[in-house]
This record gives sequence, C-alpha cells and structure tokens, in this order.
Amino acid sequence: MKKFSWKLILVFAVIVAAVIHVLPTFEPGLWPHKQINLGLDLQGGMHLVLEVDTAKAVEGQVERIAQEIRDQLRKERLRKVSLNRIDGNKISATIQDPQILEKFNALLKADFDFLKRSPRTESGASIIILEIPAAEAENTKRLAVDQALETIRNRIDQFGVAEPDIRRQGEKRILIQLPGIKDPDRAKDLIGRTALLEFKLVDDTQDVNTAVKGNVPAGREVLYRVDEDPDTGNITKVPFLLKKRTLLTGANLTNARVDFDQFNIPHVSINFDKKGARDFERITGDNVNKRLAIVLDDTVASAPVIQEKIAGGQARITGDFTLDEAKDLAIVLRAGALPAPVNILEERTVGPSLGADSIRKGLLSMLIGGILVVLFMVVYYKGAGVIADVALILNIILIAGGLAAAGATLTLPGIAGIILTIGMAVDANVIIFERIREELTLGRTVRAAVDAGFKRATLTILDANVTTLIAAIVLFQFGTGPIKGFAVTLSLGVIASLFTALVLSRLVFDYILGSRKVKTLSI
Amino acid sequence: MRFIKPDINIEFIGRKKIAFFLSIVCIAISVLSLIIHKGPRLGVDFAGGTLVQIKFASTVRIDDIKSGLGTIGLGKSSVQQFGQQTDNEFLIRTEISYEGGEGFTTDIKNALESSTEGEVEIRRVEMVGPQVGEDLRKKALFAMFYALLFITIYISGRFELKWMLSGVVAAALIGAVYIFNLFSVSIPFLIGAALIVTLIIFWFLELKYAMGAIVALIHDVIITVGIFSILDKEFALPIIAALLTIIGYSLNDTIIVFDRIRENLRKYHKKPLAFIINRSINETLGRTILTSMTTLVVVVTLFILGGGIIHDFAFALIIGIVVGTYSSIFVASPILLAWQNHAKK
Repeated sequence: MKKFSWKLILVFAVIVAAVIHVLPTFEPGLWPHKQINLGLDLQGGMHLVLEVDTAKAVEGQVERIAQEIRDQLRKERLRKVSLNRIDGNKISATIQDPQILEKFNALLKADFDFLKRSPRTESGASIIILEIPAAEAENTKRLAVDQALETIRNRIDQFGVAEPDIRRQGEKRILIQLPGIKDPDRAKDLIGRTALLEFKLVDDTQDVNTAVKGNVPAGREVLYRVDEDPDTGNITKVPFLLKKRTLLTGANLTNARVDFDQFNIPHVSINFDKKGARDFERITGDNVNKRLAIVLDDTVASAPVIQEKIAGGQARITGDFTLDEAKDLAIVLRAGALPAPVNILEERTVGPSLGADSIRKGLLSMLIGGILVVLFMVVYYKGAGVIADVALILNIILIAGGLAAAGATLTLPGIAGIILTIGMAVDANVIIFERIREELTLGRTVRAAVDAGFKRATLTILDANVTTLIAAIVLFQFGTGPIKGFAVTLSLGVIASLFTALVLSRLVFDYILGSRKVKTLSI
Repeated sequence: MRFIKPDINIEFIGRKKIAFFLSIVCIAISVLSLIIHKGPRLGVDFAGGTLVQIKFASTVRIDDIKSGLGTIGLGKSSVQQFGQQTDNEFLIRTEISYEGGEGFTTDIKNALESSTEGEVEIRRVEMVGPQVGEDLRKKALFAMFYALLFITIYISGRFELKWMLSGVVAAALIGAVYIFNLFSVSIPFLIGAALIVTLIIFWFLELKYAMGAIVALIHDVIITVGIFSILDKEFALPIIAALLTIIGYSLNDTIIVFDRIRENLRKYHKKPLAFIINRSINETLGRTILTSMTTLVVVVTLFILGGGIIHDFAFALIIGIVVGTYSSIFVASPILLAWQNHAKK
C-alpha cells in the first residue's frame, strides 16, 4: 500500500484545489477566489473592434502646422505666399517673388526646421513642398492610437459599464468588450464619434446659396445643421457659410454637463480652462453682432449671434437634443475628442435573453449527454463503469476548477468543449477496460489483467490525447473569442481525462485489488 | 455486457477494394461539389457582412420581414427561419458591413416593427468588415495548416519511433513551406503543397504508418468539408474549430489500431501482413466502436438540444467522428498493406 500513497496525496490535492476554485462560482463571496468568467455570448454584451484612422491624425497635424505657418506669416507681414495642404499630408507653398522666398525660407529655418523641404520651380514660381519626417508621422500615428484608447476608456467609464475590457490590438486596432450592455447602438455612438468641438465664425457678408452650388470662396467652407422634425421625423439640412479658421476647440474645456433652460429643454454647459476663457472673451469681444457657429464633428450644432463680450469662460451648446443625447454629448466633451476618426471593423452583440438561452441549452445538453454516458458505462462495464463514472464527474469538476484558476472565460463553444470532453473522457477508460477484458479472456488473474491493461493502454491513451491536445493548442493560438473558449475547455478536458483515467482510476483499482484477495472483477 | 464478441473475425481487408472505391467516390463528390459551388460557402466571419438574429413576439410572414428590410435598403439580404418554427426567430444576412454606421440595428428594428406590426427583439448582431473577414480567413487556414504540421511531426515520430526522422520531416516541411512562401502563394495552395510534400517525404523515408494516418486524416477533412458543401451549409469560425477537433480526434482510433498492429507483428511474425492487420482491426473493434459511440452520443445530444448557434458545429463533429471511425478501419490500415504489396514488387 505504501507504494502508491503519494498518488493518493496527489489525487486529493488536485481534487481539493479544484473544489476550492470552483465553489465561489456557485456561492459567491465564500472566499476570495475568482468566479468563472462568462463570455459575452453567454452573459450578453458587445464586442467591438475599432480601427483608428491614423492617416487622418497625421493630416490633422499637418493642417495645424500649416495654420501655424500662416499665423507666423501674418505676424511677419509676409504676403503672397500661398499655402495649401496636398496629398493629405504635405504642404505646398507657392511664391512668386524671390525676395519673399528668401524671407520665407528664413522663417522656415527658424521655426519649422523639423519639416522636410523639397524646393522646385515651376513656370517662374518657386514651389516648396513641406513634409513632416516619416519618424515623426509614425510617432503621431502611435500617439493617436494611445490617445484614442485612453479617450474611449474615459468615455466608457463615464457611461457606466461594469467590467469593460478595452485593449489595443495590433498596430492601430482597439478591442472593446462591454458585458451586459443594454443599448448597444447608444454605446456604439458614444464610442465611435470623434467629438471634435470647434468654434468658427459665420460669414454673413457673402451669399451662402452660391457657396452651396459649389462656388465656395477661399478660406470658407459650407457646413450644415441637421434639423429633425420631432413629429414627422423629416430631416432638413440648413447650410452655413463658415470661415475655415478654427478659433477655439474642445481641447480647452475643463468641464461639460447637462443643464436645463426655463422650458426644461436640455442643453450642455461647458467651462473653458484659463486659456480657453481668455480666447473666448477675446473672440466674443471682437465679433459682437456676428454669429459664432458651434461645430461638432463638422456638423453645426447651433450658430447664435454674439450679443456682447462673454467673460468668465462659460458657454452653452444648445441644439435639438434629447436628454440621453445631451448626456452623451457631455460625456464625450468631458472625455475629449478622438485624435482621429475610428471605424468599426467588427461587431458582435448578443442580447442578454439569447445569452441566458444559450446557457440553459448548453447545460441541458451537458446534463442529458452526461447522464446517457454515465448510464451506458454502468450498464456496459458494471462495477468498473462506476469507477469510470466517478472519474468522469471528477473530470468535469477539474475542468471547472481549471477554468476558474486560470481566469479563463467560459463561452458557448466552451460548453460544447466540455460536452465533447464528457464523451472523450470515458474513451480512455474504455480502452483500459477493453484491454483488461482481453487479458482476462486470455486467462490471467484479475491482478495481472488489471496491471497489463493499464500498462499496455497507457501509451495508446497518451498518443490519442496528444493529437487532440495539439489541435486544441493550435486552435487556442489562432482562435478568437468564443473559439478560444472551446480550445481552453478542450485542452483542460484532455489533460483532466488523462489524469482521471491514468491516475485516479488506477488508484481505485489498486485500492480494490489491494484490500482483499479478489477473484472476479465486475467489468 | 458486450456488443462485440472477443472472437469476432470480420473480413475487413478482403473488402478493401470496396472501401477504397467508396472513399474515392465520396472524395470525388466532395471535390466536385466544392468546384460547382466555387469553394466552401463562407459565412459572415470569413466573407464579411452582417448577420442579425431577431425574434418576434408573434408569428410573422417572411415576406413582411423582407419588405421591411427593403425600406431601409437591405432588400437583398437573405432571411431564414432559425431554430424551431414556434420560436419565431429569423436570421438576416447581408453582405453589407456598416463600418462606423450608427443606428443600424435600431433602423432594422424600426423597419421590421412597422412592416410586420409585431414586437421585434434583436438577439444577436455579428458584423464583420471585409478586412477582418480576410484576417479571420487567413487565421483559420493557418490554424488548419499548423495543426496538420504538428500532428504530422508527432505521428511520424511516434508511429515509427524515429524522432530523428521526424525532425528531418519537420525540417523538410518547414523548408518547403518557406520556399513556397517566397513566391507568396495563397494559403490553400500552401496547405495543399505542404501535404503533398509530406506524403512524398513519408514515401521516401518509408514512414508507412504515418502515411496511413495522414491519408486517413485528409480523407476525413475532405469528406466533412464536402458534406458541408453538398448541404450548402456555411463555414463560420466554429466549423474551423470542429475541423481541427476532427483532425485531432479521428487519429485516436487510427492510433489504437496501429498500436495493435505493431504488437501483433511481434506476436505473429510468421503470418502474412494481411492476416495481422485484419486480426488487429478485429481485436480492437470493440474499443474503436465504443469510444466513437460515447463521443457520438454526447455530440448528438448537443446537436439536438444545444440550440441553433451550436447546431452546425455539432453537425460537423458528428460527420467527423463517423467518417473518422470508418477511415481508421477502412483507409489507414489498408494503406499499410498496399504499401507492403508495393514494396514486394
């Protein structure tokens, strides 16, 4: 008996460890151990993969640099330099006068030396193409993804989702998992909008209608306000001719919150930081009686007339908001704008009722399948079948314990993996029992037959399981989400069934055979 | 209790010609179906597009759903009953993937509620953009490829007990893949080429057990894929998981038979190989059938009770297990014999 007592200790240790890990799932708070995580396909929720349009971030940066050069030119009173952004991420400067060219070059050298300059002449005019260096552009792209990740995390935190999982995936993708989300469309809207808030002046000196027809004056742009009739749902678009120059952005906000006017209609109140407040005071002071457009993601929210200089750094954004829309707007303004637009590449949403259905159906299949296998083993192998059944039940406990211990996620395919394991776990016992029967038919004693059965079957069982394990591990490497859950339970199942068949069953047989002289075996 | 008597002696090897014929016909039909359908029918996961599962509170007509979808420009989507008729559940599939589009599901819900005048619950949305679809396709093929590669290396080492040789096989295979990769060929072609290289290597190194096992494996996967193609079922991510499981699991029975053949080769070394193989198959017939049966029982339970989402996955496993059991008796072992006969000539 002494010979295999270490096995006994091992088996008990494994069982106790598994039970310790499993119990909190059924009795939360029993002791501080993690519960088995349920995948989004079981508890309901939303899985999103976003891609940050990093090229747009670089374009934005180039646009800002062009603006800075223009400002600088104005300061130095250098006229007749025409600056344009071309190919998305380059600036072309066209200069006719060689004297100005010289001064312009000096300006670039002094303040914009980091830009790559490639000059050429074309029909008498000098053209300088300015480019930000590749390394700098790469850096901008990387920062854009980092910042988008941070911003989205902030937005989701403020929206209030329990245990969101937000992480970077690859170079410019962001993976978002929001368990138990009730209004996926609203969440998607909140995550996906750029939320770039800009203040621009309305140009009322020129006719907006000629501009709409395609004849937009230099330095101007046409943006629209979208009005929805609350009764008919009809959408009308009102055009505005705006000065392209952005006077102030949402980057200078310190707070944004929902307020109500005297008619109880919601709007968003915003507070500027010190610089923003100063700028806002100057802008409003310089432009009394003109209209200031509040532009959100290239759509005009409203364009009120400036009545007087506004000091104190407070403003309000009114518009056609429902309460939820106003709340979401306040959240995205507080969390800040995304540095570049994001596109949704993949979405998988499961409603909570479907998730509950899946759990119910999965568990039912597991129960029925399990009972069928358990009954079959008892009927076919009698006493030995009972040993196999004990091993099988333990097997499931071990898988559950493994899941909890590894902090893995149980998905619907994961449940299927457990069900499959139930069928495969008894395979090892079948192989051993058939071998034992064979040895008994050859006329060996019970002891010898059992020993030979285990000895001969061990290698076969190992081989058979190793190939399944290889497939499961490869699947784990390449699989995503729910499929990974299948790979996990299948791998755990294979390992657990090796343990229960080769160690546990053996131990039980040894115990039965060791305790008394056994003449016959119930097999 | 016993289904299979210990002294059972069925003539398997004698019927190998019928079996070969049957297998070749099955494979031919599978390949033909794949050619006619222009490859496997790819689901949303791989082709990109959107799948929406909806449930109505009361019975509705499919035509009403379609007309509702038409009002929001989704008239071309396929609409399919899902699960039991009484569930009032439907799957809507469209090739459109709405990148960044907001309010997509709300639009569908509103359109359907006005066209069917019933309450709609959006139960599941799966949208995969074309880019992600391509990524997943690549990943799935690579998964198949690596699973086959590692299993090939394992069985060439284990069955022949020549791990050095298995190292050679691995090196040759990786080298071949590397060379093919230089020409940036497509992954299905890469898998095909790697399999052919594998078989050639086995042939020259005379790894006959490994050869039998791999041929049986290819046989199982082709027929499973073929049946999916014939029934016009969709390939989604879970089906790839099922195929990989089949690759791993269908070897189990083959391993049991091969181990017994090797054991019997020592025991009856005077007898002809055909006799030894046939005897080995008969001796292990009980466990071959029982192990497959226990697994089949649970998978069939899953197929019947597991619900619509897991249906095709369970179906693939059922086919894989049945075909895998057949191939370990009628494909893997006869190849050993065919090899022997060839070597004698």
